[in-house]
Amino acid sequence: MKKLLMGNEAIGFGAIRAGVGLVTGYPGTPSTEVLETIAENKPDDVYCEWSVNEKSALEVAAGASYSGVRTLVTMKQVGLNVASDPLMSLEYIGIKGGMVILVADDPGPISSQTEQDTRRFCEFSKLPCFDPSSPEEAYLMIADAYELSEKYATPVIFRPTTRICHACAPIELTERICEPAKGEFVKNPQWVIFPRLSFAAHKRIEERNALLRHENSSYSGNTIIGSGRKAIAAGGVSYAYVREAMELAGADTALMKVSTPYPFPEDKALELLSGADEVLVFEELECVIEKELIYICGKHGLKKTIHGKLDGTLPIAGEYSVSLAEKAICAYLGLKAPESVQLQMPALPMRPPVLCAGCPHRASFFAVKEAMKGKKSFFGGDIGCYTLGNAMPLDMVDTCLCMGAGITVAQGIKRACPDTYCFSFTGDSTFFHTGMPGIANAVYNGTKLTAVILDNSTTAMTGHQPNPSTGFTATHEVAERINIEKVLEGLGVGMIRIVDPFRLNEAIMTVRECAEYPGVSAIIFRAPCIALVKPKKPYRVAANKCIGCKKCITAIGCPAISFGNKKACVDSALCFGCGLCADVCPVGALSVRKEND
Amino acid sequence: MNNILLAGVGGQGTVLASKLIAKCALAHGTPAHTAETIGMAQRGGCVVSHVRLGENCFSPLIPLGQAHTLIAFEPAEAVRCLPYLREDGNVIVSNTAVKPVTDALKPSYDAEAMLRFLQSTPYRVHVVDGVNICCECKTTKVLNIALLGAAAKLGLIGVSAAELEAIIDTEMKEKFREMNKKALRMAVNV
Repeated sequence: MKKLLMGNEAIGFGAIRAGVGLVTGYPGTPSTEVLETIAENKPDDVYCEWSVNEKSALEVAAGASYSGVRTLVTMKQVGLNVASDPLMSLEYIGIKGGMVILVADDPGPISSQTEQDTRRFCEFSKLPCFDPSSPEEAYLMIADAYELSEKYATPVIFRPTTRICHACAPIELTERICEPAKGEFVKNPQWVIFPRLSFAAHKRIEERNALLRHENSSYSGNTIIGSGRKAIAAGGVSYAYVREAMELAGADTALMKVSTPYPFPEDKALELLSGADEVLVFEELECVIEKELIYICGKHGLKKTIHGKLDGTLPIAGEYSVSLAEKAICAYLGLKAPESVQLQMPALPMRPPVLCAGCPHRASFFAVKEAMKGKKSFFGGDIGCYTLGNAMPLDMVDTCLCMGAGITVAQGIKRACPDTYCFSFTGDSTFFHTGMPGIANAVYNGTKLTAVILDNSTTAMTGHQPNPSTGFTATHEVAERINIEKVLEGLGVGMIRIVDPFRLNEAIMTVRECAEYPGVSAIIFRAPCIALVKPKKPYRVAANKCIGCKKCITAIGCPAISFGNKKACVDSALCFGCGLCADVCPVGALSVRKEND
Repeated sequence: MNNILLAGVGGQGTVLASKLIAKCALAHGTPAHTAETIGMAQRGGCVVSHVRLGENCFSPLIPLGQAHTLIAFEPAEAVRCLPYLREDGNVIVSNTAVKPVTDALKPSYDAEAMLRFLQSTPYRVHVVDGVNICCECKTTKVLNIALLGAAAKLGLIGVSAAELEAIIDTEMKEKFREMNKKALRMAVNV
């Protein structure tokens, strides 16, 4: 019986099927559900953990792979930047048990800081890359990735994109192909990186990749269907878009699918080029396939024209779609372009994402804002739900760069603008990911800063994963709870305060106290994410008391509060009962809804 | 191929609704593919779920101009997603308007005008009185099942109202079943 599985679930089950023995990762959209699927469905002989960051995840897996165990490491594309230090060296060292590094790319981008293309990272790090075009294909392709990894003792990157990760397809789950290997670490100088060893490894890697340009040409994922002088090539989800666009347009020509963009299947490409005069390339993000085809034409002296991003035929940035492919294919092949209904659409409301009703981050931001009113202040933001604190009316995120950067960027602002009160905002998971070194940097260099830790006891934005401060693991086991205040103390932070942000007056006083501390101070705003606890009784507006000043709306921007008939109104279905609105109401019009209301 | 697009605002229950349609289809032996919005946009942003029933599905997303049915949980989201509809497409739309937070600061959204605009388009538009159904069931959480019921009654989603009633028992927690069945019946027996 086929089950409806999300691409990420299919990849997780595919790894179990392929005999993975150890799985590590750090949450990041669109990759998160791969590890979650394994944590929830794994046999007892598979170990699975959320690591504190991608670098740690990759290094843990490296140790297991040295010992002969198949490993999987999961992350989003920007996570690979964090893991790039061990990654670059690991390719020189090599592995024993197969290692697949799942890196999910995010064209659009839909939930990411960058539109970086992991296929390009593969070229840079020289790691072989698999690029699935559907969840169905991804499920089976994982086993191919392990096979290649062990054959050449190299980590392999598996690179789906958002529309593969988050698409659901009917998939028949099959039995494990092999059981996880029992680990045994055999001591050998090969595991210690030295310049002389690296020189030899570099040569070996280049020779292997040259060989893979031939071997990948016969890989079942790299295909050519149809024929025509005006050919098309595509990779990843773009291949699915092109297939559907060709059906819609009634187009018939040669179509090449590239499932191993690196090392590129050169012989297969020559086969396509031998029957074609031109090739139109569809690929999101970087022009990897397009440049490879141009290179191959140059190398073999072929006079062919390659179209794609470089000649302006297709857009460089953003997601592709069937419609985009259909228009381009019709223009390319001289077919009649599709007509669409033209509607004069009315203006539509904008819906920027906002902090949930009852979110403790709203109270924390509001407390700092109130405390620092009228003072020259800087608020360094970071990656997580609390990036949404940038929205009006809170407007409390002045910068956001990458994981952990809020703490360190604030130090640069302080050095450049010494008369500014500098704050950073970091979530509990981000604190452990890359926040701690930034605190050490401030203490060591004596840079005055107030580090705000927004401790909501979870990694919320990616779907509530545990982290070192939550006291449990990815597989629901009880874990040592790492105490954030003790870490801060150990790092030498001179003033540490812990406050419930919903005790507004206390929170404001604490912010003022810490802001005046001459060294590095820290405030831990501790209150759980609303997804972890039951709502309290909702609030309501006493219409006879409400003066219509809108302060509850203009000050805190809670999505549960609206305004009509010159009065504020609380949506009791959305209200979480946090009471922040009652604290800002100047006339006491907001109170807890009584049972008989 | 039957393409069904579900559109709403984060938190309205579009994902569960798309899963229910797909699970019913798979139980019939009809291949089903879906695609969802996950991540930051879920926090009060626009969300769409694509459901594709039948053979030869390549793209996880429904191409523009190819949706047979648009199920909109909210009037403005119905309008926003019209470009996905085929010329002969159906719109099932709830009259439950969700105003963006910014609307309280600077009013910009008139739900009645959105519904009037929908009625003026060449599409077949069916308005579901979600306001009344949610009020009667005392929760907005039943809106998804009510909309599915309305679409099932019109024969648009390859699933019957009886099948929806049956899947409530298998897919939902016991304490939510009765209110969902009530909403389903209200939507079907209009």
